[in-house]
Amino acid sequence: MKMELIQPFINAADAVLSQGLQGPTRVINLTMEEEAYRRKGVAGLIALTGDIEGRIVLDLEPQTAVKVASHYAGAELPESDTLVKETIFELANQVVGNAISALNDQGFHFRVHPPLLLTAHEGDKTSEDTEALMICFETSLGNVFMNVALRYNRKRLADHAAMGA
Amino acid sequence: MEQFAPVKRSKDGQPVRYLIVDDSVFARKNLARMIETFGGQVAAEAGDGLTAISEFDRTHPDIVLMDITMPQMEGIEAAERIVQQHPEARVVMVSSVGYQENIVAALQRGARHFVQKPVKPEVLYEVIKYVLGEDGAVAGAAGAGV
Repeated sequence: MKMELIQPFINAADAVLSQGLQGPTRVINLTMEEEAYRRKGVAGLIALTGDIEGRIVLDLEPQTAVKVASHYAGAELPESDTLVKETIFELANQVVGNAISALNDQGFHFRVHPPLLLTAHEGDKTSEDTEALMICFETSLGNVFMNVALRYNRKRLADHAAMGA
Repeated sequence: MEQFAPVKRSKDGQPVRYLIVDDSVFARKNLARMIETFGGQVAAEAGDGLTAISEFDRTHPDIVLMDITMPQMEGIEAAERIVQQHPEARVVMVSSVGYQENIVAALQRGARHFVQKPVKPEVLYEVIKYVLGEDGAVAGAAGAGV
């Protein structure tokens, strides 16, 4: 997976988290995922289709998710509160939305699908053309994990090239 | 959350009334909290474009804050339908998807402005004042008329 695809997501996550949590964030770990994805807690998955296809998962350990949602709500929330899940979904939406805005301005076209709650403990294994990258952000309220698995839709890109030729 | 000088309707000095449209409960609550700090009032909320149209007809808000990516009917289509029926409607798109063609499409189809998520309260506040124009007045400001 090319860094030109990943960097906008890292930049967007950094901007969304540091603004929302009103504190600094930093990437403390970045690894290629070769095994099936293992969920850590409250995880929102957003699928992308278009010139680039794949999915982004924003995943927080349960205690961190509650802390983050409580911070946004301005009040202590119980773990069972639906607002905890909603907060993670919206953060995922904002990260993906900001990242694809940057990629779109570079000429890539997408459709963003509504977030889904990832309930399985284990996801799909990565494949040769859909490598996944796991990025761990350290924030003042705990670690936020972002798993990015994207690939170029070669047929669409070829179609665009043919139309432009 | 930071407090702002209240923005009122200049015709009657009443709080500006908002319709908040977003499929995310979190986003709606977040915007509602910001609106309170602007001295505004939430007239209604909707979680999709179709409901937004009926809620607009029911409540006639001063401003609509409209997300784009939503189930059933997306925000740009809902904005267009509202403006077709109510040309005076002031619709501000509020979305994380802020690429140029999306913004242009929204403006061409009737939206007055675009604010990218995550929303900064000070940015939204300025947009609200701009979109209201002479129909809005900042309480306490010279010549505000409220």
